[in-house]
Amino acid sequence: MDIDKVFKALADPNRRRLLDLLHRENGQTLTALCEHMDMTRQGVTQHLQQLEEANLVAIVWQGREKLHYLNPVPLHEIHERWIEKFERNRLGALRNLKNKLEGNDNDKT
Amino acid sequence: MTKPSFVYVTYIATTPEKVWQALVDTDVMRKYWADPTADAPAHENVSDWRPGSQWEHRRLDDARTVDIVGKVVESAPPRRLVFTWARPKDAEDDSKHSRVTFDIEPHGDGLIRLTVTHEDLERDPQMLAGISSGWPKVLSNLKTFLETGRALPRAPSAS
Repeated sequence: MDIDKVFKALADPNRRRLLDLLHRENGQTLTALCEHMDMTRQGVTQHLQQLEEANLVAIVWQGREKLHYLNPVPLHEIHERWIEKFERNRLGALRNLKNKLEGNDNDKT
Repeated sequence: MTKPSFVYVTYIATTPEKVWQALVDTDVMRKYWADPTADAPAHENVSDWRPGSQWEHRRLDDARTVDIVGKVVESAPPRRLVFTWARPKDAEDDSKHSRVTFDIEPHGDGLIRLTVTHEDLERDPQMLAGISSGWPKVLSNLKTFLETGRALPRAPSAS
């Protein structure tokens, strides 16, 4: 799988939002996802297709229903390649500090 | 089929036969199957992988502690393996079992597409949380192992 596609797919806030929506509830239909997206159905379809090509979204057909699943495997590979080999503990401490100071939760994009 | 709880997909530069062997051969499995709660590969799955047989997910400690058990539902080498998944105390209670399916499909260009589907995990929320972080690691380790012949490097200095 082409890692460029994964980074490109993640570079768009609408696509990250779709991944967040699937993280909250896995296996949603296009119609369900559209309810939370401020764009045309066609726009959402195109974003989902890009996520699918990057292997960040996996499709399961149930009868005539097309269900979208968050596939975290490419994210895990990025994590292994770019994060885990660095000093994880210190990064964790920095993140905690940042969250404490900013009052953020981790799910925000 | 019920609606799956999780679907994981990875593409691996290998053959369906090698993936199958990695799923059923204990010696191969030890090299990549990580314990979801620990950093080191620390489990093996033991069975004869015939439909109806039991399987056990055992820790590689001295006691070979069994953490997960289940029954083999379908076994079609080298394409499809289906088994149930439960805590040892729920071994006899099918209503507590979730279900794991491995589908191995040739994808062209020397790649295979491996799909892992885990269904009915909602029956055990605690298991659901553990599983969701465990599978990506197992699949990522499996891919590295099959493509490079070694398990994932653990040392911070490894590239």
